[in-house]
Amino acid sequence: MRRNVLPGLRLSLGVTLLYVGLIVVLPLVALVFKAASLGPEDYWRIVSSTRALASYRVTVLSALGATIFNLFFGLALAWVLTRYRFPGWRIVDAMVDLPFALPTAVAGISLTALFAANGWFGSILADLGVKVAYTPLGIMIAMCFTSLPFIVRTVQPVLEDLDPALEEAAQSLGGSDWTIFRKVILPLLTPALLAGVSLSFARSLGEFGAIIFIAGNQPMSTEITALLVFIRLEEYDYQAAAAIASVLLLTAFVMLALTNWMQSRALRYTVRN
Amino acid sequence: MKIRLDHVVKTFETFRAVRDVSLEIESGELVALLGPSGSGKTTILRMVAGLEYADGGHIYFGDQDATDIPVRDRGVGFVFQHYALFPHMTVAENIAFGMKVSRVKREKAAIEARVAELLRLVRLEGLGDRFPAQISGGQRQRVALARALSVDPKVLLLDEPFGALDANVRHDLRRWLREIHRELGITTIFVTHDQEEALDLADRVVILKDGHIIQQGTAEEVCRNPQSAFVMKFLGDANVLAAEVRDGRAYASGAAIDVSGMADGKAELYARPADLDWSAQGPGIPASITRVLDRPDGRRVLATAETGEQLEFDVEPERALQAGDGGFVTLRRAKVFALG
Repeated sequence: MRRNVLPGLRLSLGVTLLYVGLIVVLPLVALVFKAASLGPEDYWRIVSSTRALASYRVTVLSALGATIFNLFFGLALAWVLTRYRFPGWRIVDAMVDLPFALPTAVAGISLTALFAANGWFGSILADLGVKVAYTPLGIMIAMCFTSLPFIVRTVQPVLEDLDPALEEAAQSLGGSDWTIFRKVILPLLTPALLAGVSLSFARSLGEFGAIIFIAGNQPMSTEITALLVFIRLEEYDYQAAAAIASVLLLTAFVMLALTNWMQSRALRYTVRN
Repeated sequence: MKIRLDHVVKTFETFRAVRDVSLEIESGELVALLGPSGSGKTTILRMVAGLEYADGGHIYFGDQDATDIPVRDRGVGFVFQHYALFPHMTVAENIAFGMKVSRVKREKAAIEARVAELLRLVRLEGLGDRFPAQISGGQRQRVALARALSVDPKVLLLDEPFGALDANVRHDLRRWLREIHRELGITTIFVTHDQEEALDLADRVVILKDGHIIQQGTAEEVCRNPQSAFVMKFLGDANVLAAEVRDGRAYASGAAIDVSGMADGKAELYARPADLDWSAQGPGIPASITRVLDRPDGRRVLATAETGEQLEFDVEPERALQAGDGGFVTLRRAKVFALG
């Protein structure tokens, strides 16, 4: 092994790997084992039951919707926070992290109060014929709330480091603002956007606390997968809970692998000879 | 394209970067804006490009008032100090960018042919598929130049073009830029704080200080006839001696020089290291040698005059001198500037 400037590599490597093993890998392995203790037929029956399928559908679609919304809104927010300085900038910048800091149940309760048919927003929306609380739309809003910081905080530093001379060069070559954004800025932000999207989507898939208050939790329509796992746990049906959870786990894995692959493709240009 | 700056002014917040600069650049001329940092040279270049707008005055391209034309319509090629190549595009894509986004639509084949031609011009054939991270600094600078030339600019502007390169590469690129300029005949302005670069490369050197033009002229004019102590000092090493002008002669601790026409009074005498010599006997400035620095092309001698003034001068490699020797510094030639 190459000698390193900082001492204690072996020790720190050992300790960190042990921790990763204990805290991340072990519970996941236990989950897979639990699910595997079901026979293939039982496993399949549980994970493909109509109630489970309906929960995947509402969870994945809501997460997708929330992530796409955050992709645009998060990018816009990061853009405004890096390119402009306005009164209250510091406060807005700090507020972006609030969804991280706030207990998600608190977020869920406040969102429900706001969007319920008699709430501040809910009553206005009800007049327009839009129902948010106890619908998939409510689930999406809760997911948007809890996953917003991911995209802002992954894009913001990249945007800050972007050399202004790149935009000036593109301008001097005759590029319009839109062309410069599309052909110069966006491609350079893509890796960060992908990282933010994957984190945001993963968080939305697994979100529980913020959603259960606003979702209404009607099986077949507004029951998310995480809640279904929780219900099975409460019924002491650990194997079924593990089986359904394993589907979430697999989805998250596939999605992370996919975005990692896309990211490495988007970063090809940084590879030296 | 002839360029004319007419009483141009630029202020950033409270910093007056450019104060009333008027300058004419002939079509096809290669001009250096030379000055220390904060002299306003880069700001002037950016205003000519349209990357900054003048607060006052006008900038003309030929007969057209270009003061308020935005950069994308001004038809200038700009080479940035740190190249500003698009890192996610290959060398060829970087060069093609300007042609692809132009309002003038070009055939794909025409763009490819032009890219190949430019790659030949900057001697980077075969590197078109590399990304900027995969080529050297000197190569990046040449890609930046090819990209700037791709849109057939009326004017080529370079901001400290060789600032970030090693001395060797810099030397080669300097000669090469001169060749390209001769080949294309495009009006070119470049900014530098390196006097040697400005003197070697430019048809005309414009020396700036605190947002003003201090002096301009060919390398010969500014070197042989600096009109202020600032220019004298800025263009190269200079010894400074306190002097007194009396009846058309300047006297400085043991040496004297003709300065006919200068008014009597206190002055400073400036002499290049090559303008001084050493002699064991007087007359001259009595001094003792403190150090001798050996260099490939001769010996640089550091001496302290009896008055306490520090002097530096060059002697031939054969001269046997050493620290501690006493003698006299003689004056071959010097410039005298009145104080105040």
